[in-house]
Amino acid sequence: MNTHWHGFVPGNWQEEIDVRDFIQKNYTLYEGDASFLQGPTENTKKVWEASSELIVEEIKKGVLGVDQENIAGINNFKPGYIIKESESIVGLQTDEPLKRIINPYGGFRMVEQSLEAYDLTASDSIMKEFPKYRKTHNEGVFHAYNKEMRAARSTGLITGLPDAYGRGRIIGDYRRVALYGIDRLILEKKKDLENLTGPMLDDLIRQREEVNEQIKALQEMKKMAASYGYDISNPAKDAKEAVQFLYFGYLAAVKESNGAAMSLGRTSTFLDCYIERDLKLGLIDESFAQEIIDQFVIKLRLVRHLRTPEYDDLFAGDPTWVTEAIGGVSLDGKPLVTKSSFRFMHTLINLGTAPEPNMTVLWSQDLPENFKNFCADMSIQTDSIQYENDDLMRPLYGDDYAIACCVSAMTLGKQMQFFGARCNLGKSLLYALNGGVDEKSGKKVIDGLAPITDAVLDYDKVVENFDRVLEYVAELYVNTMNVIHYMHDKYAYEAGQMALHDTEVGRLMAFGVAGLSVAADSLSAMKYAKVTAKRNEEGITTDFDIEGDFPKFGNDDDRVDDLAVKIVEKFSSELKRHKTYREAKHTLSVLTITSNVVYGKKTGATPDGRKAGEPFAPGANPMHGRDLEGALASLNSVAKIPYCSTCEDGVSNTFSIVPDALGKTGDERILNLASVLDGYFSQDAHHLNVNVFNRAKLEDAMAHPEKYPTLTIRVSGYAVNFNRLSKEQQMEVISRTFHDVM
Amino acid sequence: MKGRIHSIESMGLVDGPGIRTVVFLQGCKLRCLYCHNPDTWLMGGGDQVEASDLIKKIKRYRPYFNKSGGGVTFSGGEPLLQPEFLLESLKACKELDIHTALDTAGYGFGDYEEILAHTDLVLFDIKHEDPKQYLFIAGQKEDRSKKFLEAVQQAGTKMWIRHVVVPGITDGEEHILQLARKIKTLKNVEKVELLPYHTMGENKYEVMNMKYKLEGVEQMDRARCQELSALLLKELGEDFMEKTETGSQHTTIHRIG
Repeated sequence: MNTHWHGFVPGNWQEEIDVRDFIQKNYTLYEGDASFLQGPTENTKKVWEASSELIVEEIKKGVLGVDQENIAGINNFKPGYIIKESESIVGLQTDEPLKRIINPYGGFRMVEQSLEAYDLTASDSIMKEFPKYRKTHNEGVFHAYNKEMRAARSTGLITGLPDAYGRGRIIGDYRRVALYGIDRLILEKKKDLENLTGPMLDDLIRQREEVNEQIKALQEMKKMAASYGYDISNPAKDAKEAVQFLYFGYLAAVKESNGAAMSLGRTSTFLDCYIERDLKLGLIDESFAQEIIDQFVIKLRLVRHLRTPEYDDLFAGDPTWVTEAIGGVSLDGKPLVTKSSFRFMHTLINLGTAPEPNMTVLWSQDLPENFKNFCADMSIQTDSIQYENDDLMRPLYGDDYAIACCVSAMTLGKQMQFFGARCNLGKSLLYALNGGVDEKSGKKVIDGLAPITDAVLDYDKVVENFDRVLEYVAELYVNTMNVIHYMHDKYAYEAGQMALHDTEVGRLMAFGVAGLSVAADSLSAMKYAKVTAKRNEEGITTDFDIEGDFPKFGNDDDRVDDLAVKIVEKFSSELKRHKTYREAKHTLSVLTITSNVVYGKKTGATPDGRKAGEPFAPGANPMHGRDLEGALASLNSVAKIPYCSTCEDGVSNTFSIVPDALGKTGDERILNLASVLDGYFSQDAHHLNVNVFNRAKLEDAMAHPEKYPTLTIRVSGYAVNFNRLSKEQQMEVISRTFHDVM
Repeated sequence: MKGRIHSIESMGLVDGPGIRTVVFLQGCKLRCLYCHNPDTWLMGGGDQVEASDLIKKIKRYRPYFNKSGGGVTFSGGEPLLQPEFLLESLKACKELDIHTALDTAGYGFGDYEEILAHTDLVLFDIKHEDPKQYLFIAGQKEDRSKKFLEAVQQAGTKMWIRHVVVPGITDGEEHILQLARKIKTLKNVEKVELLPYHTMGENKYEVMNMKYKLEGVEQMDRARCQELSALLLKELGEDFMEKTETGSQHTTIHRIG
């Protein structure tokens, strides 16, 4: 038996790559409270102090620096340190903290624009030679796009297509590096390669090439770790090595790829097996256990990618979505909560709040009460946690899945995702009125659709046209995504991350919608009130007169909530009618991140009374200030948006409440928040971001950013440093509904 | 039957235990100086709502009630001014095993015995222990309120006592001691809350074009309010304990055991 595994309960995990089996056989459920947790060690304090100084400086400048000589790759950079002698976990993307990587594989223009925006330069060998010799993903995509795709893209009917940068939302099972060591992983991949036989056609040729790319990437990981003085050929032998090896796996991913979301997976309970073993053997104490987690988290907080300002408009605050899924319950009903679930979240206290890693609690009714209360307490203290319904996802994804980005579940090492973009539902509805003509540019985007010319809008007629638009968009959207992911596999394949997946991997293709509450309220206005269209000289509807009241999404009123449900059901079923690249499974999210501001800006006035250019509500949220019956009514409306079989990529809801409204004493607030979460998720709701603060605090932070260097808030599916939002985005956050005491 | 409702707050967390759906009934005969809901005064205002429809709504919030020990709170306005509607709603809640609370100043039209038979908790607002001061604060005599209080004592319903502390009006130490003595004569008091006066309701008066009688009166100092709570606690004696937390804006006094 391998001596590195000494003391672990044996099982199938030794016979084949099966991390889940290892966890199930070896984790120690913890049902106690948070009293065992320790503060930061001197080493941690030193490293974090130096890091946070850099972070504050970076917030002022935007970008601290870029590696001018090397481009992305697992082993293309010299080792880097913060304060070498105090770092218990080592490894940076480049040779200096916060120095960013140029990754031209996604698209070269993105590199040029990013450098220009921050007044940076790079060597001629990158700037002149790369484009001369190497085609990019972006070029590939535009060689295949047709006229319709370009039109939908430029008007913003479909926005946020990952056709110029890394797609992301792939989670390598980084735990495999710690549990098995690289040599075993290479061995398994070589075995897989031998079994990849048959007629040599597209699929098989591509797969054989990819597996060889993966083997190469694994070898590069070994070399990269060696440059830091670590040999990761064999399994980790103790807790510190387990954290370090796992991190090397992740570090390889963020050196090689710059995907929109580079999530971590579900590591805390896995790592706890090692920490518990060392604690039992008396090799480490609690303080050291916390130190390695704290220092791991410091490293995760320093991950950066080079982005353009336009990208930041869509996804504000320079997010990397180092999402870590914490908690959840096993298939047999035993909670997957360990002391390290606590330790991970405790970093928010030891290091202070921060947007990354994106702490995501997999909530189940069956979580230990102590853990539920601890989570609620951390939400109240830090506003840095999001919750997702494990009871809803477990039947679909098993008990070893994680969350990529904000809300996207996938089984670790067994599934990956082709991510991309959102369909603008507000704009789609306006196309239904205007016969496929864009209300902003006047461009004809959809052929063969008659405009509605009635003065007073007829609900049934509009719905009929709206359905035609959704059908059109669904087909176009699937085809566009197929092009993007074909080219991404070809020109910017994530070999390092895919090496940490099974060779036979399940693929999900994740579509999205934005502006659901705007569309639902607009239909409701036409159905229950009287909406008169106002048109310009070209006959394009530019504004509306609304007479009478109508039910609005967010008040637990079925009359309008059902309309929202119908929209997502229709769109989801239309998407599924079209074939996907590599037979990926269609999924759909109602998630905007912060792009609801940009979507709104690009969309004319809508029949719900929203003015042209005004932001949409984020994700599946009710429109700002329209949820008048209080928080539970608002939550209940969102809970009706169906996850299973319709929105299996997630339904995002962001919830802000003022502390006083949550209860009078600290204990009451904790219990009440935990009860809200139990109540919301017991109705099959999917996701909730929780913010507990006063509007006045945000207004003060807007006026005096220097007073709040680390103010972290949850937006839509991730947390963000408030100071990194644009003024517009800050205003939008402030205008959201805050549930207050009446 | 139909009742008049001002509004519903689906999640109220400060009007009774746990997570509560608060139904604000329309109409009140009192004119308390510091009232922050003058829009609930008018008897003919609000929306007419069928009790069964109201219950349908409340039922939707049941998933949130259980764990937190929450339920529904009928507030106002003055809920006791619509006794039949209130009773029908309370009965329906109890049939569904939903915890019921009544947030009242006790100024009602009778039917108390039956109403209280379906009420788990009364949040009773003592305006002032002195009849003259009561009249000054509430604009009505305290007789009706007394009658209701007697009925609550008779029925043995649990009570939380609330009292608003207004600078210069109800923040005197002697008054707080008197209040404590009054509370000591009452059975079934589980909690006593001193609520510091705030001015957040003032702008409603402006919107409604009404004169705000406490114009110029400052918000009650929270620290001072906590001191008064301590004084109250001392006078209440050993049956009560204090529960204060740093950062919390309220002091709540609980009966032990």
